[in-house]
Amino acid sequence: MLELALKGSKAYWTWVVALLGVIGAGFVLYLGQLQIGLGITGMSRDVSWGFYIANFTYLVGVAAGGVMVVLPYYLHDYKAYGKVTILGEFLAIAALVMCLLFILVDLGQPMRGLNVFLYPTTNSVLFYDALVLNGYLLINLVVGWNVLEAERNGVHYQKWLKPIIYISIPFAVSIHTVTAFLYSGLPGRGFWLTAILAPRFLSSAFAAGPALLVLLCLFIRKTTKFDPGKEQIQSLGLTVAYAICINVFFFLCEIFVAFYSQIPEHMDHIKYLFVGLHGHGALVPWMWTSMALMVIGIILTVNPGTRKNETTLAVACALIIAGTWIDKGLGMISGGFVPNPLHEVNEYAPTPWEIGITVGVYAIGALVLTILYKMAVGVKEEVRA
Amino acid sequence: MKSSRRRFIKLAGIAALGLGAQPAIKAIAPAAEHGSQMQFTQSPNALTAKQWAMVIDARRFKTPADLEPMIEACHKLHNVPHFTEKRHEIKWIWETHYHNAFPNVPNRFISEETEERPYLVLCNHCQNPPCVRACPTQATFKRASDGIVMMDMHRCIGCRFCMAACPYGSRSFNFVDPLKGLVESEINLKYPRRMKGVVEKCTFCVERLAEGQMPACVEASNGAIVFGDLEDPESEVRQVLRENFTIRRKQNLGTEPCVYYIV
Repeated sequence: MLELALKGSKAYWTWVVALLGVIGAGFVLYLGQLQIGLGITGMSRDVSWGFYIANFTYLVGVAAGGVMVVLPYYLHDYKAYGKVTILGEFLAIAALVMCLLFILVDLGQPMRGLNVFLYPTTNSVLFYDALVLNGYLLINLVVGWNVLEAERNGVHYQKWLKPIIYISIPFAVSIHTVTAFLYSGLPGRGFWLTAILAPRFLSSAFAAGPALLVLLCLFIRKTTKFDPGKEQIQSLGLTVAYAICINVFFFLCEIFVAFYSQIPEHMDHIKYLFVGLHGHGALVPWMWTSMALMVIGIILTVNPGTRKNETTLAVACALIIAGTWIDKGLGMISGGFVPNPLHEVNEYAPTPWEIGITVGVYAIGALVLTILYKMAVGVKEEVRA
Repeated sequence: MKSSRRRFIKLAGIAALGLGAQPAIKAIAPAAEHGSQMQFTQSPNALTAKQWAMVIDARRFKTPADLEPMIEACHKLHNVPHFTEKRHEIKWIWETHYHNAFPNVPNRFISEETEERPYLVLCNHCQNPPCVRACPTQATFKRASDGIVMMDMHRCIGCRFCMAACPYGSRSFNFVDPLKGLVESEINLKYPRRMKGVVEKCTFCVERLAEGQMPACVEASNGAIVFGDLEDPESEVRQVLRENFTIRRKQNLGTEPCVYYIV
């Protein structure tokens, strides 16, 4: 089926070549990091995880979000999603490729990365994270590819795929749960030490993933002969609406627990993020922007008038993607490290070099997504014709 | 086409079998391969304990200058680099304020003398270390023989999960080549330098204990730091603990730190 990705318009090839250019530049920057070390980033012994791990966390969410189309279709037999499950699965593949790359670029000694499997350590959450991420990637590749091929050949997909499809659903939940456990099981990090971290990650994932799918569906409808469908986009919009409401609700639960209990270790991180601590508050404007974006997102998606209008729905989805990205990508990781275990405030900001490598990883993800979607849309167009 | 695919699967299967058998081969092989040369011998002078622990008499250190000799001794001995760029900072043992060392004991009004004096902080070699729990490769591990939390610099993948897990900020990461922060003529050739991209920290001077010497900071402390076996009721450490009121850093977290402070 890959040959379908080799036939495209001029715009398609321009996009692919542009992505390749960005990837090349990112790769050169990465070679520099490999040579010098992670010192080219803004990380320090106090904020020892930064932009890479933050984006990794966000993209695990995007990957898990794909299950929001798989689950209704396969478990509830919601037929309308039959058209778009493949888009959810392929989005998960692209997101997972980026996740694994972000982990790789974050390692101080990437050549030793496979030590995780060579010395399997069952008490480390990272070991399980490596297992579920790779497992979910494999599942989506196998399921997505085979189901699409069956559709192309006009036959029902193979029987043995069914159990794998069912397994993929708890797997999607597991990837983000395990990723949250990386943080929430650490003593002495008050911001993450909360049982609601995994549910919070999932709710933001189920908002961000489907929101991105809505935008992608609208784009596909505009640029190709394949229409993912009005009903499908509306259903996704409804999922986004519920998920973003739950996400904000969970966040408010956190605020209540921290500020009603008045335990300093739990309050300090939130204070740092939203009002600044000891005169440091680099993230304050970002966090309030994030909150505003999510609230506007709620208003636009919950309100039937604006949700049913595809233009305002698209705006809402873009706002929600931005809002949840700031929340998870900027706040969640730095927020947990500031103040540090000795209650000193040492702030973090990514360097341009670090951002360059990040953009390179995103470009790889975009290229994977482009090729997979081109293939999927090609099959859909073929079948329709 | 078909036959080559089948062949490939066959080869892959054989390869997987080989990989699976590797641990078994490893278990039998070393003795035959290296003979007696590979056996580790312990120096007869080596200091041993069930669980090493340290008691720092903070009352004896009045000013930062009083702590300088210990920090200097440790960092010099272990080739700990010094960087002007704060982000790249590496420290095994350092001085901090009372409210930074003990953020959970924030009495508003305490004896001025206690509050103003500097405090030495280092790896606590916890009995229940969260860093060891977090490490995905067992590159950091608690040595069964004496409870020291050790680092295998050759296995560490540099994921920094241990740094996030440590509630004491005791771990440092080599963000750049440590050689850049060392003066070449002052390098201690008897202690290995690290490479970039790995985590490091205090090791209670395992290399000195193995030769019958006390840790460098203990030696430089003029008796203000006592070091010994926590599990031995007759040890000096236990005696000091019996006679003095001591506190530990964030002991509410259940990590069971093995560095005690007399304040």
